[in-house]
Amino acid sequence: MKLLAEQLSPAEVPFDAPLVDLASVARNLRYQAIQMSHHAGTPHLGSVLSCIDIVVAAYWKILHIDPANPKAPNRDRFILSKGHAAPALYATLAARGFFPESWLENFGKHQADLAEQPAPNCAPGVELATGSLGHGLPVGAGFALSGRIQKLNYRTIVVMSDGECNEGSVWEAAMFAAGKQLGRLDVVIDYNKWQATGRSDEVLALASLRDKWAAFGWEAVEVDGHNIGAIARELTRETPDIGRPKAIIAHTVKGKGVPFMEDDNNWHYRVPTANELTAVAQHLVAS
Amino acid sequence: MRNAFAHEITQLAQQDERIVLLSGDIGNRLFDEFKAKCPGRFHNCGVAEANMIGVAAGLAMNGLRPVCYTIAPFITYRCMEQIRVDVCYHHVPVTIVGTGAGLAYASLGGTHHSCEDIGMLRTLPDLVVMAPGDAHEVRGCLRSVMQQAKPAYLRIGKKGEAEVHSSVPPIEIGKAVVLTAPGRVTLISTGNMLPAAQATAALLAKQNISCGVASLPTIKPLDTAFLQNAFAASDVVATLEEHSIIGGLGGSAAEWQSDQASRGARLLRFGTADEFYHETGEQEHAHEHFGLVPEKMAARILATLSRP
Repeated sequence: MKLLAEQLSPAEVPFDAPLVDLASVARNLRYQAIQMSHHAGTPHLGSVLSCIDIVVAAYWKILHIDPANPKAPNRDRFILSKGHAAPALYATLAARGFFPESWLENFGKHQADLAEQPAPNCAPGVELATGSLGHGLPVGAGFALSGRIQKLNYRTIVVMSDGECNEGSVWEAAMFAAGKQLGRLDVVIDYNKWQATGRSDEVLALASLRDKWAAFGWEAVEVDGHNIGAIARELTRETPDIGRPKAIIAHTVKGKGVPFMEDDNNWHYRVPTANELTAVAQHLVAS
Repeated sequence: MRNAFAHEITQLAQQDERIVLLSGDIGNRLFDEFKAKCPGRFHNCGVAEANMIGVAAGLAMNGLRPVCYTIAPFITYRCMEQIRVDVCYHHVPVTIVGTGAGLAYASLGGTHHSCEDIGMLRTLPDLVVMAPGDAHEVRGCLRSVMQQAKPAYLRIGKKGEAEVHSSVPPIEIGKAVVLTAPGRVTLISTGNMLPAAQATAALLAKQNISCGVASLPTIKPLDTAFLQNAFAASDVVATLEEHSIIGGLGGSAAEWQSDQASRGARLLRFGTADEFYHETGEQEHAHEHFGLVPEKMAARILATLSRP
């Protein structure tokens, strides 16, 4: 995978690095994910790009994980419930040393380690096979409950899409997590305002997401989903009631980072051409 | 059966701290002893079955051995995709227990019947599907599934079923429990039809027709060695189940038989027809409606035997 000129290699940026370095990480992860889409011919780039800064905040500021021991019982857990954004997770896990970066080159190809959407135990660091929406939060609630039962203090972060909140199982899990006081569980909603075929506030009555999560018993906050520092601050902020799970409504832009992709829902399905890939690199360096 | 389940899971959970019991807001007081003896390991998940299965998968992925319990149609049809993706695709040891299965709750109406659950669930790769024949088999099946590390569906009745065994028989997953060796007829029963199978065999015996009876507590994996013997030894093999003749034990046997070079015995499938039970009635009325009573089954077997 090519890296952008004059930007830091994500693999060389340590945990808890300064935000300026993490901005560089995010640019390169975007570039890698776009290259993966181009080489494998896979869609969903808009959804990949909208969640990159959330993933960077989690993996470089929050999660206590060790690539040498990816199944450590007390590791923090991260579930990318919006499995169609898998390239964001794969590029991140490669950068954090969970598997060789060369795996990204074969992404989505026949018999590759990394499928278009994560398969069970497909790669170290992938906690859950996702792709069907509305599964990550119930399973994540199970992770959090398991931690309580086994007296382990790890945290679980689930990243969902706004369209995913159409699924009834999300709200079943929301009531369950609040009812069982799973305070070590956090949800970040990548609120990019689009789902596959329309505006997410128009397809169903989604708004107000913050009010909905608060009404379901969660500590609900809104944040700029492209401000890595702000996302990390919300994820670490102590809440008045430690038993309350936290929902972070992250306002994002679909296709973020590439002007000709931003807020254009065609990039839910389109795959970039070679020429577009060149333009992407220029835009990302300038962003 | 449900009391046997509650008692047995309480016993097992005291020996195995990994066992966690999740309930879909049923079993009022049924699990009081479990709650007292295994604090922190019983969770009422509310009327939200899809979430309950996802939570169970999350527990199992972290080394626990969850058992999910609610009424059969709700813990199967309602959350089929969660069973498929969260449990089976990840191949984690979640035990799903559907109570009041088949026609046990006939009087509560079609919403509470489950005559398609075996057919649906046995298509899921590597899911063990079990339907014990009486309360003793419930205990034996539960012990067996909790000792293995695979996803399992356990389909049980309600309460007060006749007991066929006098103690817990050894139950090996994928093996028939043979009560009487195959004769001219072999009756293979799964779930709570076992007493009816015995009564049917007794009626045939009065007609001097030798009749074997086996309980098949495991529908998947199917005990093909036993089927081989029965189809070779008998003129008629009949399957009995509180389930549609499509997709259940009878369907499994028919699929197996069609793959054999020598088909052997004639197969009769006793089960529910391809229809909903719309009458108001109790379980015995539903049995009557679907011909699942010993007199009708024996008559159909005799008619089949008398045909050249």
